[in-house]
Amino acid sequence: MNPLRSLLALLVFPGLLYALPMGWLMLGMERKLRARFQGRIGPPLSQPFYDVVKLLAKWPVPRVVADRGLLIGLPLLAVGSMMGALTLIPVFAGESGFPGDLILLVGLLEMPALCMILAGYASRSIYGEVGATREAIVSIASNVPVLAALVALATAAKSMHLSEIAVAAPWTVRIPALLAIVFCLPVKLRLNPFSLANAEQELLAGPLTEFDGPLLALWELAHALEWVALTGFVATLLFPTRSGLWFVDALVFVLLSLVQVPLLTLLASATARLKIAQATRLLWRWGSAIAAVALAAALLVRHGGH
Amino acid sequence: MSALERGLFFRLIERARRRSAWLFHFNAGSCNGCDIELVACLTPRYDVEQLGIRLEGSPRHADVLCVSGPVTRTTRAALETIYSQLPGPKVVVAIGSCPATCNVFAGSPVIDGPLDRIIPVDIYVPGCPPRPHSIIAGIARAIDLLAGRRSTVVEAGR
Repeated sequence: MNPLRSLLALLVFPGLLYALPMGWLMLGMERKLRARFQGRIGPPLSQPFYDVVKLLAKWPVPRVVADRGLLIGLPLLAVGSMMGALTLIPVFAGESGFPGDLILLVGLLEMPALCMILAGYASRSIYGEVGATREAIVSIASNVPVLAALVALATAAKSMHLSEIAVAAPWTVRIPALLAIVFCLPVKLRLNPFSLANAEQELLAGPLTEFDGPLLALWELAHALEWVALTGFVATLLFPTRSGLWFVDALVFVLLSLVQVPLLTLLASATARLKIAQATRLLWRWGSAIAAVALAAALLVRHGGH
Repeated sequence: MSALERGLFFRLIERARRRSAWLFHFNAGSCNGCDIELVACLTPRYDVEQLGIRLEGSPRHADVLCVSGPVTRTTRAALETIYSQLPGPKVVVAIGSCPATCNVFAGSPVIDGPLDRIIPVDIYVPGCPPRPHSIIAGIARAIDLLAGRRSTVVEAGR
């Protein structure tokens, strides 16, 4: 992997310089659109930026019963792994990557949820623990369809290489696999039908109940980057051809990422929160069914060809 | 406080504090009248989220502590804990007549209020219950105070 190119991917596009404003824009769009769907005017688009600045400038109250190193380390790890995940997303043509980067991407995309589960337990708060338990149950349930869909894509494309999968996977496999991944997007982003972990008012603030000031700002940043990375990952799979012109590819990537925000927000404002049993049943039953279709199609494509 | 809070940085921080005040609502033995009016501020008719105001579930996320009720003996310890958990800079808004004067409960042996005998109060919103307009006006005044708070020393000395 070309070091200069990876550095650019980490720092400029689709990394830090792009992902930060984009993440804030996506969160701002989500809040604004949700308000509009509910018949309110809603906050300005710049709201998430001001939230983060305000949180960074707060004077935190130390929490004595919890391990300080963990409380600081976990949100940092979540932000860092999201940055890594963004770097791996194949936007441009001929992006080399490295064999097996699919596995690394899956691991990195899973980190914020894992960090949040650990943070919920580490904060030694009853609300944090309940939230962390819910997050753990729901994320296991959502990982079955997502991982199965990715295995199907990799099998069909005969590669563990993200850029090759994005281009080579045939549509017969790609459509069910994408459906399974999109089905799990609201779970990964903790949006409404699946907002069990951070259930506001019901569980105070879930795993993040005991985080304040700059540490909460880090979690907000990780969440913003999560939006960009997950919608970006779906966007690369939605668009199999790369034109070779960098600005065309980048524009298509940005537009396809942004299009998902109103759709996810519409789903979130139209639905109420599910119970944990309902959510897991939905994910295990229907999510896995779609993913199984993708796997079957992948096996047919792979062995039908010979 | 620090060099970070001077000049241009402080102007940005002040702006951010003005535009993103998160509330924590504490019911200190209120009859639920003021609580309903406070929740009415979030509805489409009044929509305080336009001002970046959000009702938060955790006191550690909040900037503004809204207290309703005359502070009964059983809620006092929880109120003190929650006040100490709010990270600074913070402001306290007393919603309704109860936290200001104990209202009809004045003189009762189970009342530890009014609120300002227990924690420092910045803004009083009168009314039994106050209209959502006055609650929003009170919170807006509180946000002005919040934006101007500069140091932990001032905060501790209040």
